[in-house]
Amino acid sequence: MKLTGAQILVKMIKAQGVDTIFGYPGGATIDIHDEIVRHDDLRHILVRHEQGAVHAADAYSRAHKTTGVALVTSGPGATNTVTGIASAHADSIPMVVFCGQVPTGLIGNDAFQEVDIVGITRPCTKHNYLVKNPEKLAATIQEAFYIARSGRPGPVLVDLPKDILQAEIEFQMPEEPRLRSYKPNYTPNKKQIAKVVQMVKDARRPVIFAGGGVISSRASEQLTGLAQMGRIPVTASLMGLGAFPGTDPLWLGMLGMHGTFRANMSIGHCDLIIAVGVRFDDRVTGNIAKFAPHASIIQIDIDPTSIHKNIPVQCPIVGDCKTTLEHILALMEKQNPAQLTVDRDPWLEQIDQWKQTTPLKYDQKADIIKPQFVVEKLWEVTRGQAIITTEVGQNQMWAAQYYHFDLPNHFITSGGLGVMGFGLPAAIGAKAACPDKLVVDVAGDGSIQMNIQELMTAVENCLDVKIVILNNRFLGMVRQWQEFFYNRAYACTNIENAPDFVKLAEAYGAAGFRCTDPACVEDTLRKGLDTPGTVIMDFVVEREESVYPMVPAGGALTEMLLV
Amino acid sequence: METSRYLLSILVDDEPGVLSRIAGLFSGRGFNIDSLSVATTDDPDVSRITMATTCDAQVIEQIKKQLHKLINVITVNDLTEKKYVERQLALVKVHAKPEKRAEILRIVDIFRCRVVDVGHAHYTVEISGDSGKHQAFLSLLKPMGIIEIASTGAIALAREMGK
Repeated sequence: MKLTGAQILVKMIKAQGVDTIFGYPGGATIDIHDEIVRHDDLRHILVRHEQGAVHAADAYSRAHKTTGVALVTSGPGATNTVTGIASAHADSIPMVVFCGQVPTGLIGNDAFQEVDIVGITRPCTKHNYLVKNPEKLAATIQEAFYIARSGRPGPVLVDLPKDILQAEIEFQMPEEPRLRSYKPNYTPNKKQIAKVVQMVKDARRPVIFAGGGVISSRASEQLTGLAQMGRIPVTASLMGLGAFPGTDPLWLGMLGMHGTFRANMSIGHCDLIIAVGVRFDDRVTGNIAKFAPHASIIQIDIDPTSIHKNIPVQCPIVGDCKTTLEHILALMEKQNPAQLTVDRDPWLEQIDQWKQTTPLKYDQKADIIKPQFVVEKLWEVTRGQAIITTEVGQNQMWAAQYYHFDLPNHFITSGGLGVMGFGLPAAIGAKAACPDKLVVDVAGDGSIQMNIQELMTAVENCLDVKIVILNNRFLGMVRQWQEFFYNRAYACTNIENAPDFVKLAEAYGAAGFRCTDPACVEDTLRKGLDTPGTVIMDFVVEREESVYPMVPAGGALTEMLLV
Repeated sequence: METSRYLLSILVDDEPGVLSRIAGLFSGRGFNIDSLSVATTDDPDVSRITMATTCDAQVIEQIKKQLHKLINVITVNDLTEKKYVERQLALVKVHAKPEKRAEILRIVDIFRCRVVDVGHAHYTVEISGDSGKHQAFLSLLKPMGIIEIASTGAIALAREMGK
């Protein structure tokens, strides 16, 4: 059967179980778009900026637990994807980005809309390809998906010259990819498993530290099992929120710069950390020299480079989080349960005391809305069941702190790269993946403006996303740093000159509500969430509210600024 | 931490862009490359990269892991952990005034080098050996006046043990 390159591409994408792709056409991809619209079982969502396509594909991956796909044209279409690709790379999200490219004969000639996107994205993709031979197209696409989703997942880019897309060749479904240079190891070393169990027995003050790896390997159930069996309290990185129920008594809250007092104190005083799928980012460790001074560390990660990178560990385990936790649980079940929980009561009492004396808190007065109050009310009104996406900055931290995530894959945020403008396209991607779910973007008035054009994408495609703007007329996180560390000199962070978000919503065909009164927060949320279609809820909040606790950059985790 | 010299022997897929992935990894993560030598092996789909780097023990561990993480890297062999044979080739053009010619030839002889080009006022000498031999040779030739040098990076193979 002879097929064109474009036909092969569409066929191969569908063969991967992908039902939705996010794209924007251009001269180099007309052939692909021409083909896509002939397939009822492959939905193409036309974004309004290529960055939006990539963030949407990222969130589609996370919510749908499959591989997101973005399709853009050459040159500027391709360069506009770089931020989104780098974000997915930092967060280890499986994704395949297809870029059009000028015909092979023109490559290297500085042709119109030509850019070396393979060169540009080399450091921010897991792998990338330029297809120069149509015979290799199908196998390359299959390999791209395989690499994106296996091992430590990540984004893969495939650059597709126009003549390759137009070439007609005999199509054969390629065999399963087998790469001699890439064989991820999923199974942990048995000796190390025995060591873990012994270390749990020896520990008196253990803590589990969960990260994005637990979510991506779908190991929440096993992690929860480990915590319960050993009565071990659990904290998580931003990327790990939802890996363990946020309403469980063993939950410590998030760790790190804006972690809870009890989580940070627990790390400072524990004698064992079981780190699962984390990479010890500087935002969670604070000053490395003062990180967990009394603790032995077990680190489980699929990626050997994550181990020993920032923090020396006593028991490294290279393996899939889920598989490794299953092995640990199997061995723990054979032990005397009492030996796994020695002296646990005083440790849990100590943690409870930290929780009682220094909880997360804010002071909601009658006159002006506190942003934390909006998020907490959102959690109540949605009963914690919504998929939450965020922008980046204070809105992201308040969402992390006050929306008590019970479920994995429900918190979708640009963790590692910290991309402003992520939340709205991400909400669109999540909604496309899970049409029956309520999807809410918790946004700031600054970052919502970075990809505001995607409102049109949401409205046009009936992807009903709800946007909660915590509107403080500041670039709030930078303002907070200026308040704490730059003598309140608010250089370039005052954004009082802002659009009217209610009118803006209406201009795009969405609905808009504004709320300025603390007494009306709940009503506005209910009204906004119940209104069909895409909705902006603009909450005018306390201008100079800060995120607490805060560990100043370079400080020890236990040295927090508190309210 | 104390730094030392490491010699890595890396087998990679012989594909466009592989060298750039490795070079990019080093520049992006602030690792240092002392020398680099690349050529195909007996398998036309595989190239061998021999790389010398100076760093501490923690950094070399990261370098090896990060290299291995690249999709096109097949194996990373740290030769410094074992016995190995190392060679580096250099061409050295040196001033050869009549009164110095005999001495230069003596040095060439001692180091088992070869003169590969001769002129009225110069010799070009080919030397092969490890980096220590090169340094010793160059320090002896320096007083004669070195005109220019072209040198390869180190190449190396592990010794076969117990066979």
